[in-house]
Amino acid sequence: MHIYLPIAEMSVNIFLICGMGGMIGFLSGLFGVGGGFLMTPLLIFIGVPAPVAVGTEANQIVASSVSGVLAHWRRGNVDFKMGAVLVAGGFAGSSLGVFLFKQLQTVGQIDLVIRLCYVVFLGAIGGLMLYESIRAIRRSRAIGARRGKLHQHNWLHGLPLKVRFRRSKLYISAILPFGIGAGVGVLSALMGVGGGFIMIPAMIYLLGMPTSVVVGTSLFQIIFVTANVTFLQAVSTQTVDVVLALLLLAGAVVGAQFGSKYSVQMKGEQLRGLLSLMVLAVCAKLAFDLVARPDDLYSIAPIVGH
Amino acid sequence: MSQAPLLTRMLVLLVMSATPAEAEVLVADTSRRHVAITTGFTGTDVLLFGAVEGAGDIVVVIRGPAETVVVRRKQRIAGVWANTDSVVFQDAPNFHQLATSRPLEEIADPGTLRQLNIGADNLEFTPAPRDRHRSSLEIEEFRKALVRNKRTDGLYDTKPAPVSIISERLFRTPVHFPANMATGNYTATIYLFRDGAAVQLIEKPIVVQKSGFGAEVYTWAHDRAPLYGAAAIVVAIAAGWLAGVIFRNV
Repeated sequence: MHIYLPIAEMSVNIFLICGMGGMIGFLSGLFGVGGGFLMTPLLIFIGVPAPVAVGTEANQIVASSVSGVLAHWRRGNVDFKMGAVLVAGGFAGSSLGVFLFKQLQTVGQIDLVIRLCYVVFLGAIGGLMLYESIRAIRRSRAIGARRGKLHQHNWLHGLPLKVRFRRSKLYISAILPFGIGAGVGVLSALMGVGGGFIMIPAMIYLLGMPTSVVVGTSLFQIIFVTANVTFLQAVSTQTVDVVLALLLLAGAVVGAQFGSKYSVQMKGEQLRGLLSLMVLAVCAKLAFDLVARPDDLYSIAPIVGH
Repeated sequence: MSQAPLLTRMLVLLVMSATPAEAEVLVADTSRRHVAITTGFTGTDVLLFGAVEGAGDIVVVIRGPAETVVVRRKQRIAGVWANTDSVVFQDAPNFHQLATSRPLEEIADPGTLRQLNIGADNLEFTPAPRDRHRSSLEIEEFRKALVRNKRTDGLYDTKPAPVSIISERLFRTPVHFPANMATGNYTATIYLFRDGAAVQLIEKPIVVQKSGFGAEVYTWAHDRAPLYGAAAIVVAIAAGWLAGVIFRNV
């Protein structure tokens, strides 16, 4: 059964799209990640134009983050004050990101930049995760694992505009979370991701937030940033396909339920190791497409509004 | 759309066919004037049919609306293939399909075909002002690339459909409209060739439109973009919340 996607302007198999949503949803439930960084490349692989994949994925992440944040909210695992500062930064960053996106689209480099961003970030994150999980698996075999300091103090803690974040048990400069929010916001707009895979490590290692509030707070800020991206992309590039977003979501919510059930049965390090391998595989495929000689060195694109 | 001009034209042609002095007579029509891209659209066939008096070759060309297209060329930079050069053409038809009763090259010579804009290889595109200074060799390279890419997308004559002529008088051919075609005003032109020259032609309009839910979505996304963006967010929040509530206790 086929469905014509009104914005992507292509006919796709409805079961393929729901199945992809389900598979990525399963993985995101299993590993506790957003899945945008896997979904956007997959959409590009099946022929959805890269800009549409990015704009639409932002829209879908709004939905999946809302359903995710509800559970954390009920348990009180959201630091709203920290979230607000991150959102403020995220708004600035993602607005800049959408502006950059539009400029790059005009000069014909957006596909390249999206792919390069993916290769760099998937490669780095996947590599780090793999390294970490291998080390963790080794260490768990050794007896008496050492425990490090809660968090270290460095020059970042000397910045002005200090604010107390009660739930995170932190007294730090607001510039720091604002900057992180802005940086992730730019990536969110360019790559069509929530940015949790960068935000969460940044929150833990740079801000020193307790892990219990990290996921909930990250989801909270992702809702606002991806909503901003959705709106701005809809206005400036018309690349948000709601039909595609809803189909993906339908698959994703079901898949996520199964995924989170299975995740209980697996060990953390093994899960992370598996995820890192998957991330690296997607990264390798994208990198290969960038360096392999294309079938046709020429490509065409319509110019609208001339 | 009014049927009157068509009927008049057909009547005129019928009257003409009654007169033995008029030898070149062609009547033709399409099975549909309107192609609707609905939610379930995966492409469709439009049947072209007609009658011809006496011998001759039939060439059917379906032309889509002209659009401005940028053709980009990739080059390897630091190991990565990136777009480095481009040429903009102002008036490339977004669609050009062909059906012929014999192979095109047997019907007429390239010069004639070029003059009539028949066949993707014979199309001329106008470069945008910023590219007019380039050498014709370069422009030709980009023009060929445009045609090649359009062929790959199935929008320019990939495999010219045969026009079947029944008892030297009636002819018919289906023309495929693929799912990735653009909307707009298309024209079906039916040419009658004799001895390598087009002796008569008939033009029929075909309108391709998005219709139904998909059309609504597309129109909103382009004409009321801020509202569409806001609606997309509201829909996503509602769907996410609903999913969260449904699976709360599962």
